[in-house]
Amino acid sequence: MKCPVTITVNGSAHARDVEPRLLLAHFLRETLGLTGTNLGCDTSQCGSCTVLLDGAAVKSCTVLAVQADGCQVTTVEGLAKDGKLHPLQDAFWEKHGLQCGFCTPGMLMNAVDLLKRNPKPTEAEIRHGIDGNLCRCTGYQNIVASIAHAATQMAGGK
Amino acid sequence: MLRLPPFRFLVPKTSREAASMLADHGPDAMVVAGGTDLYPNMKRRQFEPKVLVSLRGIADTRGITANGGLRLGAMATLSAVAAHADVIARWPAVAKAAGLVSSPPLRNAGTIGGNLCVDTRCTYYNQTEFWRASIGYCMKKDGHICLVAPGSDKCWALSSSDTAPVMIALGAEVTLVGPKGERRIPVPQLFGRDGIAYLAKRPEEILTDIHVPDRAGWSMTYRKLRRRGSIDFPILGVAAAIQRDAGGIVTDARIVLGAVHTHPVEATDAQEFLKGKRLDAETIEMAAGIAYKPARPLDNADLSYAWRKRMARIEVGRALRELAGLPTGDLPPVVA
Ligand SMILES: Cc1cc2nc3c(=O)[nH]c(=O)nc-3n(C[C@H](O)[C@H](O)[C@H](O)COP(=O)(O)OP(=O)(O)OC[C@H]3O[C@@H](n4cnc5c(N)ncnc54)[C@H](O)[C@@H]3O)c2cc1C
Ligand code: SF4
Ligand code: FES
Ligand code: FES
Repeated sequence: MKCPVTITVNGSAHARDVEPRLLLAHFLRETLGLTGTNLGCDTSQCGSCTVLLDGAAVKSCTVLAVQADGCQVTTVEGLAKDGKLHPLQDAFWEKHGLQCGFCTPGMLMNAVDLLKRNPKPTEAEIRHGIDGNLCRCTGYQNIVASIAHAATQMAGGK
Repeated sequence: MLRLPPFRFLVPKTSREAASMLADHGPDAMVVAGGTDLYPNMKRRQFEPKVLVSLRGIADTRGITANGGLRLGAMATLSAVAAHADVIARWPAVAKAAGLVSSPPLRNAGTIGGNLCVDTRCTYYNQTEFWRASIGYCMKKDGHICLVAPGSDKCWALSSSDTAPVMIALGAEVTLVGPKGERRIPVPQLFGRDGIAYLAKRPEEILTDIHVPDRAGWSMTYRKLRRRGSIDFPILGVAAAIQRDAGGIVTDARIVLGAVHTHPVEATDAQEFLKGKRLDAETIEMAAGIAYKPARPLDNADLSYAWRKRMARIEVGRALRELAGLPTGDLPPVVA
């Protein structure tokens, strides 16, 4: 039995009939074709599927599309505004915060939430803030440096 | 790719309605809060409910109020609990335990009620369906024997909630709502004595509130042991709460161990031992030597069980030293 949902993704409302078991991650990737959100582990460990649900970072592989009914979702595709990268995207570019890039969309969305809750994090707070996002390539050093750089840029208003 | 099995999704408006739905559908139905424990388990086919009753549509279940005591709505997220100023100031062990569960995005979705009701864990059970089929199912799901203790007629999967030991140490109670009415019980009574039927509440009962009494004048902490400090479940949790009089003499003591049994374990002998004593290094050492005895870790969690048992003694000692203001012997953090 399908259920009607209306989910606002990156500012546009999408009304669809979905199976209750459809995960938000699959709704984004398969129903809407927004493949920026990656799926890694399927079991809520790796963080590659992280998106913002009503402003809070969540793992979209453990959220049902029906649970996101009426909610605002932001994915990595929604970060840049008017062709201008988000300061965190700039910082990951500037500080080489990625290698293969698989973890990056989740890492970015989680970092958006992290900096919203704590605009001036210490290095330890950044590291704990990305506890739920695994990266197989970078060794995290440049990811931490990127988030710290973005925090400085955002505080300075650039 | 792991997909969820099909189910119907019900969104009741009140707790009573939710309980009635659970009662109507019997064993086919399960309740879901944040889903951070249940959905991964359903993907691995540890649970295959035909009906899911969601608690998201119920008003007033996310509130956190601190007047004399603390009331936590069961649907309050772990992030909200860990960041709440009154919780941090007056029940720091609650904030600490909630803040040590999994990782930030899961704490944004996972709830405090779901954390108390979280499924028990075992290395032979928390695996994909394919893995479990290959090694042979165990009695917790689909099989007939226990793979850890083959002679055992019960399951020894470990209670793995971080907040349950703290709630017990602080003397918290929970409100359970059923189709016909509600009742309030102390947290230890929520837990059964078996890794399969790990909750002693009736299946249709919904946990709506957690009540933590005022603990002004107590010192309290929670310590957690695990391989990866970032996302792992506890392989040992130690909650400690101590009340001392003006002269520094212990008037009441609570020590509760997590992840050492199918339910949280109160170290009652050590609690009695501490009463009437001063919390000095020697007393702490002796109390730790008593407290770890009821820990019965089996070979069904990460790292060796003999080591986990030894660490129970060490971690109780560290928790008490923390409360006494003595050095804990922890390594300093690598980055500030
Ligand atoms: C990678 C990973 C790491 C994790 N690490 C930890 C950890 O370190 N420590 C830890 O404690 N947990 C951990 N968890 C488990 C889980 O995220 C938390 O325990 C969380 O608090 C569960 O809450 P929830 O609302 O998501 O529960 P759900 O998944 O919705 O429910 C969990 C169980 O409780 C029942 N339930 C939920 N709410 C109620 C209620 N109000 N009344 C009656 N029954 C209810 C459900 O039926 C289900 O059986 C981890 C999970 C993952 C995926
Ligand atoms: S303790 Fe035994 S029965 Fe229980 S989950 Fe582990 S192997 Fe299965
Ligand atoms: S795919 Fe969601 S956390 Fe790994
Ligand atoms: S850049 Fe490859 S996983 Fe992080």
